[in-house]
Amino acid sequence: MSENMINVPTMAELAAKGVTPEILFWVGCAGSFDERAKSITAAFVKILNKLSVNFAVLGTEESCTGEPAKRAGNEFLFQVQAVSNIEVLNAYGIKKIVTACPHCFNTIKNEYPELGGNYEVLHHSEFLQQLINEGKIKLQGGGEFKGKKITYHDSCYLGRSNNIYEAPRKVLEILDAELVEMKRSRTKGLCCGAGGAQMFKEPEPGFKDINIERTEEAIGTGAKVIAAACPFCMTMLSDGVKNKEKESEIKVYDIAELIAKYEGL
Amino acid sequence: MEFLPQVIFLILLSVSGFFITKSILRIRRNILLGRDVNLYDRPRERLKMMVLVALGQKKMFKKPLPAILHLFVYLGFIIINIEVLEIIIDGLFGTHRIFAPVFKGLYPSLINIFEFLAISVLVSCAIFLVRRNIIKVKRFDGEEMKRWPKLDANLILSIEIFLMICFLSMNTSDGILQSRGSEHYISTGDFFFTSFLKPLFNGLGTSELIFIERFGWWAHIMGIFAFAMYVFTDSKHLHIFISFPNTYFSKLDPAGRLSNMPEVTKEVKLMLNLPVDSGNENVAPGRFGAKDVQDLTWKNLMEAYSCTECGRCTSQCPANLTGKKLSPRKIMMDTRDRLEEVGRNIEANGKDHQDGKSLLGDYITVEEIMACTTCNACVEACPVNIDPVSIILQLRRFKIMEESQAPAAWNGMFSNIENNFAPWKFSPSDRLNWVQKLNQ
Ligand code: SF4
Ligand code: SF4
Repeated sequence: MSENMINVPTMAELAAKGVTPEILFWVGCAGSFDERAKSITAAFVKILNKLSVNFAVLGTEESCTGEPAKRAGNEFLFQVQAVSNIEVLNAYGIKKIVTACPHCFNTIKNEYPELGGNYEVLHHSEFLQQLINEGKIKLQGGGEFKGKKITYHDSCYLGRSNNIYEAPRKVLEILDAELVEMKRSRTKGLCCGAGGAQMFKEPEPGFKDINIERTEEAIGTGAKVIAAACPFCMTMLSDGVKNKEKESEIKVYDIAELIAKYEGL
Repeated sequence: MEFLPQVIFLILLSVSGFFITKSILRIRRNILLGRDVNLYDRPRERLKMMVLVALGQKKMFKKPLPAILHLFVYLGFIIINIEVLEIIIDGLFGTHRIFAPVFKGLYPSLINIFEFLAISVLVSCAIFLVRRNIIKVKRFDGEEMKRWPKLDANLILSIEIFLMICFLSMNTSDGILQSRGSEHYISTGDFFFTSFLKPLFNGLGTSELIFIERFGWWAHIMGIFAFAMYVFTDSKHLHIFISFPNTYFSKLDPAGRLSNMPEVTKEVKLMLNLPVDSGNENVAPGRFGAKDVQDLTWKNLMEAYSCTECGRCTSQCPANLTGKKLSPRKIMMDTRDRLEEVGRNIEANGKDHQDGKSLLGDYITVEEIMACTTCNACVEACPVNIDPVSIILQLRRFKIMEESQAPAAWNGMFSNIENNFAPWKFSPSDRLNWVQKLNQ
């Protein structure tokens, strides 16, 4: 099988050979350890591999960006993580970083520069859109999503935090599916409930959990696929779909997984 | 005797001027109780932001109906000031419609514009009152909107309606007096809108009309003086002035960028044996995060005074929407209320007085701040660019770093990051295990 040939080079290996890759793929903790999110990582790597993108990962040298600690109010722990990561990134002379996690993306892009980490940082939706614009991923017509209803859930950390609303939608357009918008989308998108370190504790008491509210809205569009662009949104929405006992009819996918499926990877 | 009205006018003008100045200085002093931040960079961008958001009301237009009504009230407020200027000059010098000979033929058109605005302000305020009190738009409701805030909003709208009625009855009677050739009421040409109201007053005698005209004139201008003083009390109406500097000093960075604490950077670098940038040494360690208003930045405090209590933030907040106690509007209102309290304490008991209370604890509870997902929906929604997340984060920092009181689950996450370099308890050596997924 050709898949077995997929090679995931680490920065350390390449540095030993004196090679510098074009981009660093920052996998993130969710993408490394979460069962579901690992598939997003795999899908993205398959796309990179198919298009012969010259990339590497940090592997065991990667460490939490410190994002959840920062948002929980633990600035000290955040900066320990940030400053250490920046040491590693700068030591490898990294210039360009792509990541599938909007939280890593936002932190490295916006919060690292002040601490000495200056890189060109792209979210994988932006990166995929570039590949589409360059004609490397093409609309072939057909495919399993053709004509199907897909709804896209805006990640707060892409959208409101960084004004990235269109890139993920443009990526989805290639599937030739019917994109249906939820009422609360783009600047008005409703959070999945995971941000601000909420992922790592129980929610405060209320009459509903945020992910349930959002999932109900997504299900209400009649879409059979909910597209996410963030591993945390993925978890929250998948849990929501399970809670509504709709997991056999409605699937939650990351945009990279959808493209990988479309490309038959 | 002849100069008595002018003397009374001068006294009232001076008294209100005195109180307004005093209030402005009080608010300024309160805002400056906050920590310093440097927001004087990028003046062009800032000016542009102010022009678009405060002057141009850009963000209001996300909701077209209230935007248009608000625009009328806002334009009315700005443009009627020309009228107020005339009234003040007339009041001081005992003249009448001093601008009429200045603007000549244009004068009636000018008055017609004022009258049109007066009517649109009146109608808009009436609709606003209905929306608040009869239709009960949900956004105007909430735990923090009881008592004073509710009364405040209704008072503002009622006073504006009263002022417009005074203005319109003054012009109506003035118009009739002009046509009767009454001395003092110089002929200006017809006022279009109030000419329709003339039949209401036509049956009245000249002396009664003069009384109505004078009453309208005095009530209108006194109302404006009183209103101006009211704006600078504990009223949300302050937003009409302070939204200008507030939008000028807006956060220009991407919304997702949360401030890094430079005082922490130094400690972290020392701990990791890294060189510390020179120039960082004089960062005062102080308190980590914010417990009370003085720990927040002056920008946070200015925002508290800019809040119009419109609830657009809270109506978008996912935590609030799902029944959690967090309401970003309440965060802003609590900050202002506490700041006012600290200010009163300073006036009564001197600068270093401690009342044993604090913003976090006595006003804002831990439950509220813990519910925030930092999604920035509130920031996006706010028509005057207020950033409640900044305050929430600083309060969290105090809870976590000064008091070490994180929820247990967060403490677990912290120690995982510290020991395993991931928020979950996985071995760092397993970080590349996802590669196995490639072959599935
Ligand atoms: S950032 Fe926090 S306070 Fe603002 S809307 Fe989101 S959850 Fe609510
Ligand atoms: S913070 Fe902004 S959106 Fe929220 S109530 Fe105040 S003015 Fe309105």
